[in-house]
Amino acid sequence: MTSIFRKAYFFVIGLFLSLPLIVVAGVSVNQKQTLAFPPQGFSLSWYGEIFFNPEWRNALFASVTLAVLSAALAVAIALPLSWFLWRRIAPWANIFQLLGVAPFTLPPVITALGMLTFWATVGFYGQPWTAVVSHAIFFVTLPLVTLSLGFTSIDRSLVEAASTMGADERTIFRTVVLPLILPYIVSGYAFAFVLSLNEYIVAYMTVGFTVETLPIKIFNALRYGYTPTMASVTVLFVTTAAVIFGLVARFGDLPKLLGAMSSDGK
Amino acid sequence: MRREPPQTLGDYAPLLFPAAMLTIFFVVPFGTMIAVSFFQRQQGGFYTPAFVFDNYARFLSAFFGGVLGFSLMLAIIVAICCVVLALPFTYMLTRMARKVQVVWLVALLSILSLSEVIIGFAWSTLFSRTAGITNILVALGIMAEAKALTPSFGAVLTGMVYQAFPYTVLVLFPALVRLDPTLTEAARTLGASPLKAFFTVVVPALRNTITATLIMVFIFALGSYLLPQLLGRPQHWTLSVLITDQAIYQSNMPFAAAMAVFLVLVTLGLVALTVIAGRKGEAA
Repeated sequence: MTSIFRKAYFFVIGLFLSLPLIVVAGVSVNQKQTLAFPPQGFSLSWYGEIFFNPEWRNALFASVTLAVLSAALAVAIALPLSWFLWRRIAPWANIFQLLGVAPFTLPPVITALGMLTFWATVGFYGQPWTAVVSHAIFFVTLPLVTLSLGFTSIDRSLVEAASTMGADERTIFRTVVLPLILPYIVSGYAFAFVLSLNEYIVAYMTVGFTVETLPIKIFNALRYGYTPTMASVTVLFVTTAAVIFGLVARFGDLPKLLGAMSSDGK
Repeated sequence: MRREPPQTLGDYAPLLFPAAMLTIFFVVPFGTMIAVSFFQRQQGGFYTPAFVFDNYARFLSAFFGGVLGFSLMLAIIVAICCVVLALPFTYMLTRMARKVQVVWLVALLSILSLSEVIIGFAWSTLFSRTAGITNILVALGIMAEAKALTPSFGAVLTGMVYQAFPYTVLVLFPALVRLDPTLTEAARTLGASPLKAFFTVVVPALRNTITATLIMVFIFALGSYLLPQLLGRPQHWTLSVLITDQAIYQSNMPFAAAMAVFLVLVTLGLVALTVIAGRKGEAA
């Protein structure tokens, strides 16, 4: 296609994708408590609000805690599973791979409702830790996919060499497999972390009445009173996601990671 | 060390934790939801174990039919819009320098990971009277005065296309990367314009990918639960919104569960279709 057409097309798509964020960034620097654009005056106080207003700070703390823990649990589930599937011939064990991918493929409201009925039935409904488990299950797909990809890229002759030299299973895992798989662990964790940070419906249905995460807080603010803090949180979230994915791209092969992700997902 | 079947019970040890977690916290909740969908609803938000089809019988109402029809139509329109917009975009993206590709991919991933709450908030701001796009049009002298563009069907559609567009690009990306560049080169050598080469060579070569992508984006759009609420009116509510509403605000868990089971069946049917489309693609 001609280069003028290409530039115009990319400009229009870029504008479409960035316009809402530009407006939100503009709104976030309003001087007064109004959602005006172009902004009236300039102030960064709405960014301070995230950290100094106890309500927003608690929501930020709840969201970050949830994301850190649930992403770690998701990796803890995905790592042994994908290692086992790589190391052993056990076709029936693939059912667990399928179970890990399922929550992410189905509409999120289904996982959310499943979790809600489950926690209500067993009597833990509303406990903060239930959200960690729910998010870990919901997002286990991401480390599972990056790790399966990572394991297939390991040259088996390396492992065989270590084995011939007398290393036992544990030593091989620690000294050969783990260093090779580490970048995939990190990117799987990063994907799960960012998505957990932004997740609304599962968190809302499991702990919505006891814990306020940032997305829940923004939703409540949408209903009960707009404030530019919502805009500053949005900017913070977009920046966080861009920085994390930028780092994944910087230290890993992002096109390859994405190329294989979708072919695995199908 | 070659792959080998597990020999001793100890070899299964690594599987223990993942299998237990996925069974207890995915299979069991899923089963609980199916069970609840047959339960009897009591007054005051409670429900008792039973085996009744009342919750499914409610599907037969005109209201439910309307919501279902609207959800499916909306998801189809979103899927078509996204694929039409994303196909040329992704095609051109895969032919760009690697560095440029990475920048776009990072941007798309960042938008894809955004909470629906945030996307809804951003678009409702953009469509609002005080901070909206109409102010720019007024400043340019195109419009007489600023007005709110939300809630409306157009706002819901725009928000959902915005949400699903990065997903569409990322689904198309691998197939387009692998597309043999000599195909278009041959067409160009034989005198086809770039546009003609795209429509007569690239699009037909990707027919199965396009079908599979349409279905995947359709499922993705079906899952949208907040944008119709934030950007639309109650008549723009989808099945996902209705499920949330019944579960949380109407406290009718059995009915919500029945609708969710129905949504699962629709989704699984479509996933099966995608797999079949994918198989055909490999065979061709």
